[in-house]
Amino acid sequence: MTAIPPGLETLDFRFAGTRAVPAFAPVLVGVVGSGNLEVMLEPGDGGDCAVHVQTSARGFAPVWQAVLDDFHHRHDLAGVRVSINDMGATPAVVSLRLDQAVRELRP
Amino acid sequence: MTATTPIARANAVAASAASTSAVAANSYAECSARERLAQLLDPGSFHEWLPPAERVMSPHLAQLGVPSAFDDGVAIGRARLDGRTVFVAAQEGAFMGGGVGEVHGAKLVGLLRRALRERPAAVLLLLDSGGVRLHEANAGLIAVSEVMRAVLDARDAGIPVIALIGAANGCFGGMGIVARCTDFVVMSDLGRLAMSGPEVIEASHGVEEFDARDRALVWRTTGGKHRWLSGDCDALVEDEVAAFRRAAIYAMDALPTARAVTLEALEAEHALLARRLALLDAPVSGDDALALWRRLGVEDAASVPDLDVAEVVALRTGAAVPENH
Repeated sequence: MTAIPPGLETLDFRFAGTRAVPAFAPVLVGVVGSGNLEVMLEPGDGGDCAVHVQTSARGFAPVWQAVLDDFHHRHDLAGVRVSINDMGATPAVVSLRLDQAVRELRP
Repeated sequence: MTATTPIARANAVAASAASTSAVAANSYAECSARERLAQLLDPGSFHEWLPPAERVMSPHLAQLGVPSAFDDGVAIGRARLDGRTVFVAAQEGAFMGGGVGEVHGAKLVGLLRRALRERPAAVLLLLDSGGVRLHEANAGLIAVSEVMRAVLDARDAGIPVIALIGAANGCFGGMGIVARCTDFVVMSDLGRLAMSGPEVIEASHGVEEFDARDRALVWRTTGGKHRWLSGDCDALVEDEVAAFRRAAIYAMDALPTARAVTLEALEAEHALLARRLALLDAPVSGDDALALWRRLGVEDAASVPDLDVAEVVALRTGAAVPENH
């Protein structure tokens, strides 16, 4: 038996970024499949980079924190809202999807 | 219309496919739904309705602890194909096997109903689905039946509906029925089209009846070559996005308006199915698919799985095609 109840886990993170992104159309990469995730980037309010995660793999908040810390160090985004639907992607896959989404940012 | 018989139509499609084979080929099966839209339609022309940012998502999945997708596994919108305005939907098979849930189905129905009002040159359905999304139970079943009705309503209003089948999940269950409710079905040899999927048949009738792990058997009985030879698809193309694009353009040229949705057309279809069933009245020894191909007039049926698409295209006989087609 596990102490973690079934169902989705919702996690929110916020980073103070310095690299403001010019106005852009929403970006969607990835797909909600087993071991995969979708990442959507939209213009956010204010200067922060806010990350909202819904995941079927409960109990991994510290791992998400570490992966998103790394993402923030790489890109330092400001004014971006990141929304993630996850179906048990590994940290490496999450990082690759995040980088893919940033690469597709276009004004 | 330059080619009037189905064989001539198909040869024309295959010949145009061969003439541009120097261009690097992108596998249709390997693409995601959104990649297909980007590459199949005129560049940059796709305008999405209910895009992911609007978050029109399944009301059911989260209650079951299953993650939802921002687009509920289908992208719908307006685009241009060869300069003509089309409406298009693309199912994403990697999300829930392309299963049709309540929202997913409602997006398809909305697209088809809007077509009644705005009258595009055609509605393209890029299908990649195992059928109803079982998580959503009756809502999914109702959604699929509404899609069928909406397809027939669009056709009845004269708007051709074209199904493209060549993605990894094939087209099964209720979406298999939807595909056969359309005017024109394009398949690649990798595509699969059927009602019950292989695992369903094995589970209900036993492994002796159907071994779902036998990939060759699965493709002999549901794959694009089989559907072409038996007359269930209207074009057989290579697994290339460009080949699907050409076939879709060809279908629009061939169908300035939808095929008639009439009692006569339905009866002709029933007569064809009865004739096909009669072909298998005599006992079959060995493989059912090979026997059917032989009885449809394909002499060297055993060689079909190894033949190129263009070679298989040339093998279809008149026995497979309804008289009004």
